[in-house]
Amino acid sequence: MWTFFYKMSSGRSFYQLSGRFIPFFALASMLLFAYGLVGGLWLAPPDFQQGDAFRIIYIHVPSAFLSLMIFSVMTFCAVLSLVWRIKMADLILQVSCPLGAWFTALALATGSIWGKPMWGTYWVWDARLTSELILLFIYFGVIVLSHTIPEERTAAKASAILTLVGFVDIPIIHFSVNWWNTLHQGDTLKIFSKSTIAPSMLHPLLAMIGAFAFFYGWMCLSRARSLCLLKDKRARWVEELVKSW
Amino acid sequence: MVSHFEQFLAMGGYAKYVWSAYGLGVIVIIGNGIYTARIKRDAIAKLKRRYRT
Repeated sequence: MWTFFYKMSSGRSFYQLSGRFIPFFALASMLLFAYGLVGGLWLAPPDFQQGDAFRIIYIHVPSAFLSLMIFSVMTFCAVLSLVWRIKMADLILQVSCPLGAWFTALALATGSIWGKPMWGTYWVWDARLTSELILLFIYFGVIVLSHTIPEERTAAKASAILTLVGFVDIPIIHFSVNWWNTLHQGDTLKIFSKSTIAPSMLHPLLAMIGAFAFFYGWMCLSRARSLCLLKDKRARWVEELVKSW
Repeated sequence: MVSHFEQFLAMGGYAKYVWSAYGLGVIVIIGNGIYTARIKRDAIAKLKRRYRT
């Protein structure tokens, strides 16, 4: 494991290894999207309380899941970057941040659209919604910070530190539905007990979560590879590679 | 068959909400996909220019 991270501090091995993952991520994402969309929009029956409006879950929950997952990936990268100075971790953190912000915004927007017919309002200042909105601002903060500091190492360090500080919001979001009284419903998916959702509704949901996650992996690696080439532009392997195209 | 499809589009009266949520999802996914392709294209173009001179 440590030799793996050590290798990943070299741009060349990162570039080669990530290139092998991308086709797999892309294919998995597209297959899961196909199954999830057909299953979610067509095959799953309407909910007995919410009718067809519950189908928003297949966009809302995966994007909310990604908003937390991407920030966790960024925190992991921040530790790798600050403690072991692994350069590729900075790249992953940098490209993940806008993706995470997009999915957080999507989770908030679809939640809002879902809230109108079900709760009678687009927005309430309750724990789950507010802490998710704060997460969006933390994402914005990291993006702004990494773009306003001209010196590359300092910018990477500052973004990593802000990511570590911002991580306190992640457990707050996750447990907010248990800690406070909120309009937002509790967890539907449970790891340690039976999920409170019928299989015909659950399987497309898991597929969509997988599809979103693989899509993120695909986008993240692809963008990181492009930045990696630019970063190592003085290296011989980059020059040879680009000239061979 | 046509009525079946219309029924699907109507989403039990929630068409406005369901399709706008899915529309936003499609925009975010496709938009980020296009942007990723552009990042790659621009990076390669920049490097090619650099090595040509």
